[in-house]
Amino acid sequence: MSHLITDTGVVFGRYTRQMLGSRVALLFGLLQPLLFLVLFGPLLEDVPLGGSGDSWQTLVPGLLVQLGLFSSAFAGFGILMEKNTGVIERMRVTPVSRLALLLGRILCDVLQLLAQALVLVVTGMAFGLRAPVAGVLLGFLFVGVLAMSLASLSYALAMHVSTPQEFAPVVNAVNLPAMLLSGILLPMALAPAWLDAVSHFVPFRYLVDAVRAAFVGDYGSGSVAVGALVAVVMASVSMALGTHFFRKAGA
Amino acid sequence: MTPAESVQPVQPVLLTSCLTRAFRTKGGPVEAVRGIDLSVGRGEILGFLGPNGAGKTTTLRMLTTLLTPTAGSATVAGHDLTEDPAGVRRKIGYVAQSGGVDPNVPVREELVTQARFYRIPKAEAAARAEELAARLGLSALLDRKCASLSGGQRRRLDIAMGLTHRPEILFLDEPTTGLDPGSRAELWDLIRTLNDELHTTVFLTTHYLDEAEALAGRLVIVDRGKVAAEGTSEALKAEYGGGPGATLQETFIAITGHGSAAGRGTGAPVAV
Repeated sequence: MSHLITDTGVVFGRYTRQMLGSRVALLFGLLQPLLFLVLFGPLLEDVPLGGSGDSWQTLVPGLLVQLGLFSSAFAGFGILMEKNTGVIERMRVTPVSRLALLLGRILCDVLQLLAQALVLVVTGMAFGLRAPVAGVLLGFLFVGVLAMSLASLSYALAMHVSTPQEFAPVVNAVNLPAMLLSGILLPMALAPAWLDAVSHFVPFRYLVDAVRAAFVGDYGSGSVAVGALVAVVMASVSMALGTHFFRKAGA
Repeated sequence: MTPAESVQPVQPVLLTSCLTRAFRTKGGPVEAVRGIDLSVGRGEILGFLGPNGAGKTTTLRMLTTLLTPTAGSATVAGHDLTEDPAGVRRKIGYVAQSGGVDPNVPVREELVTQARFYRIPKAEAAARAEELAARLGLSALLDRKCASLSGGQRRRLDIAMGLTHRPEILFLDEPTTGLDPGSRAELWDLIRTLNDELHTTVFLTTHYLDEAEALAGRLVIVDRGKVAAEGTSEALKAEYGGGPGATLQETFIAITGHGSAAGRGTGAPVAV
């Protein structure tokens, strides 16, 4: 157990130093949600969105989930590059804990995401977002758990395929429908009945709803509780799968 | 370079028995390694040769815990390969053909992190990085990115990475492939020095017969997943090559019946 913690720390340190060394990449990951915030957000200011709170309290939570969805789902790309340079194999011959190789990376991804989320929210505030601090922190927690789940699955996938050409289509095939069906940009309250019904099968929808509820300070509503339940189930299943595949491929 | 005492390894540091690996393919199972028995003595430099596709790399990947054997057993540096792969990992160093450093990471960072992966405490890991860099002529390069190193420097770094935890056995997979003659000669000296001064057992695969002859006290030649012959290069030449005057290349072809699986009968230059 103590090995797991130290090893995870070593792996986390390695990737965090790499991340800090490539600040351009950090900003690049933020570009898409920031563009939505700046160029799309103002369009919604006077549009009735069917929820409580103003348009920024609806949009920013959606963009936070989008950020988590996209940056974490592509986390596995790093492993593909490391496979090419032989880094993964070299690490597998050392006694380092296999689980730590996964956890250290995931923790780094979560740290990166939280830094990006903070920039997004602060930028949102400049545009007129007002939300309770506790609600924003709760939102970050949701997005962090989402990132853990997706990064874990992404790493598992990356351990199994060998080229970006095999990896990217799978991620895109999952991400785009997931984004559209979870009401990230506009709430599903606006959707016709059939679309709303379909979106209930997409787990990310519950996270978006929960973060929106948190941003208007509505902690007691069912949304936060359901979102929390979905997040915990999603994280448990993904981490179990991720660990299994990572161990198997890295035996 | 062929000390007589290494002919019969007295104290094996690596012992395999009927080590086998089958792969499932569309055309049915293929046995890449079909029961290899090996014994490597402590302090030995063993040259592991064979044509392309003979099972060299598969054997090496099994011995370094990257691949689970489908049958047979092995003891590596005192640990059972299948029962205790973690124990094996603590005692061996492995330098893959492709290396294994991240081009965007500085040399020092790679060396220190590698030592940390072997659970060496922080301060000691930093000291080891300095010490290894000095031994391998990398001191001036510690703060440069791996990408900026020349081919020979990169190879020395790869070897340094395999030595951070002072392993009992160092596995080198075709260490001089792609190096210029000067860097090759340097690397040979380095391998000899490691063996002499640190008493590290070296398990070396190579495509170059002159390399095997210059470095290894004993040769094992595999072909079609089995050990085809083993002994000092002199003994092999005498037994298979038709006499001590034979070249190792003639001997090798006599043992395996061909130069390489791909070049067979085409008159292509012999790459072992």
